[in-house]
Amino acid sequence: MTFLYTVLIAPFLEYDFMARALVGTLALAMGCGPVGVLLVLRRMSLVGDAMSHAILPGAALGFIIAGLSLTAMSLGGFAVGLTVALLAGVVTRTTELREDASFASFYLISVALGVLLVSTRGSNIDLLHVLFGTVLAVDDAALILVTGIATITLLTLAVIFRPLVMECFDPGFLRAAGGNGGLYHLVFLILVVLNLVGGFQALGTLMAVGLMMLPAAAARFWSRELWSMALSASVIGFGSGWLGLVISFHHDLPSGPSIILTAGGFYGASLLFGRRGGLFARAIPRRHLTG
Amino acid sequence: MSAIVRFLNVTLGYDRHPAVHHLSGEVQTGSLTAVIGPNGAGKSTLLKGIAGLVHPLEGGMETVGLARKDIAYLPQQAEIDRSFPISVFDTVQLGHWHKVGPFGAIQGRLVEETLSALAAVGLRGFEHRPIGSLSAGQFQRVLFARLLLQDARLVLLDEPFTAIDARTTHDLLQVVEQWHGEHRTVIAVLHDFEHVRDHFSETLLLARQLVAWGPTAAVLAAENLRRAREMAEAWDEAAPLCAQGVA
Repeated sequence: MTFLYTVLIAPFLEYDFMARALVGTLALAMGCGPVGVLLVLRRMSLVGDAMSHAILPGAALGFIIAGLSLTAMSLGGFAVGLTVALLAGVVTRTTELREDASFASFYLISVALGVLLVSTRGSNIDLLHVLFGTVLAVDDAALILVTGIATITLLTLAVIFRPLVMECFDPGFLRAAGGNGGLYHLVFLILVVLNLVGGFQALGTLMAVGLMMLPAAAARFWSRELWSMALSASVIGFGSGWLGLVISFHHDLPSGPSIILTAGGFYGASLLFGRRGGLFARAIPRRHLTG
Repeated sequence: MSAIVRFLNVTLGYDRHPAVHHLSGEVQTGSLTAVIGPNGAGKSTLLKGIAGLVHPLEGGMETVGLARKDIAYLPQQAEIDRSFPISVFDTVQLGHWHKVGPFGAIQGRLVEETLSALAAVGLRGFEHRPIGSLSAGQFQRVLFARLLLQDARLVLLDEPFTAIDARTTHDLLQVVEQWHGEHRTVIAVLHDFEHVRDHFSETLLLARQLVAWGPTAAVLAAENLRRAREMAEAWDEAAPLCAQGVA
């Protein structure tokens, strides 16, 4: 017991920055869980990845203008992410180009712009922190941002849940019934951008999407209803954050990759041992039923 | 008798190519109309036009005194994600949309209506089944239960019985008869002439142009069917502009 306490709990009680990091990942996991599950169900997993790259130039621009200011970088990231989401959304709905193609086009333009901006600053260490995150430097402002985003996300999802599920599951029905599917789709994309911006301080712009997609993909192997899938994803996300922080603390590893790799471990385990269609559950022969 | 849908020399199509060419006529309130014709005859486009999902290239059409919520539309290939984790019960409940909108609660009487709609299509006991576990016929029953809840005055069905077995078709045709008894108007695209003869008093035979429209027995005459088969299905890139109806 003492051993487990020393390894799993003591770091968070003894060090303030570890406690903050843990609270930050808890808030992130709560928002990212349901958003990630909806992305997976909409077959938009890679759109999340595209968006996480798309916010890069915004964050870089914020950094160039205002230095290492969380506010400036978050606002920049949010503005650019939103622009890419809007442009891609408009192109998808008005032309024959599918969502994946239109997102790919705009995010590639955005990434190229971002890399160009970053390169004008050479190898600035602070900027590297933006790209890869420093979960251990989460301050009060960052905590307020992340918890605020989680709150907005959960409240917004609660309000638009019914039409969002309809838009996701049977868009034709919503259209014929006169519902504005595009509006809910757009609100959802804004939530995706918000959660990625929330994650980039802690995990970096490139890693933030990991806490969104990996737990969501893992949750598919444990639950069959939407609500329990979202809950599983949040729990797995928080578990990844906690264990990832512990590993990074004891072995002096960067926290962002540690957390995402832990989430990757949970995904692998779910893939193998998940109750719903996991590989082992499939491999074990069980007698069929009578009806 | 009064008209519920009016076609006023309407042309519907895509990219300036007509799929329904210069159609005029009326569908009477409370009638059962079958729409028949070869593939590519514009049957689905006609239904989409009535549902307001395709807009006329020329001419016009009107639904008399109907709002969006008064029209229920079952597409031929619903864009439904059958792997989505949602139960039969919740899928059917979506039919309450026009009553509850995005935020209204579904409780009390509405839940009872859902249960009786499930009973009407023979799916009691299936409430908690995920839709991914249903057969094609059972899933079509779910969609009919949802149509029942929509309580629409005009019901549009696009090939509702294609790939559906005889028993399910029989049960669902009872639902259509029930709608008819409640003075609702039903327009259905069908391919099985037996269903058309037995259940639909009016028939509209379409081959891009209107071939015949009236009492079913008269429309299903051999001469009409032969003319419908002669329809040119090709979409002609070099087709000249249509001058019909231009003064």
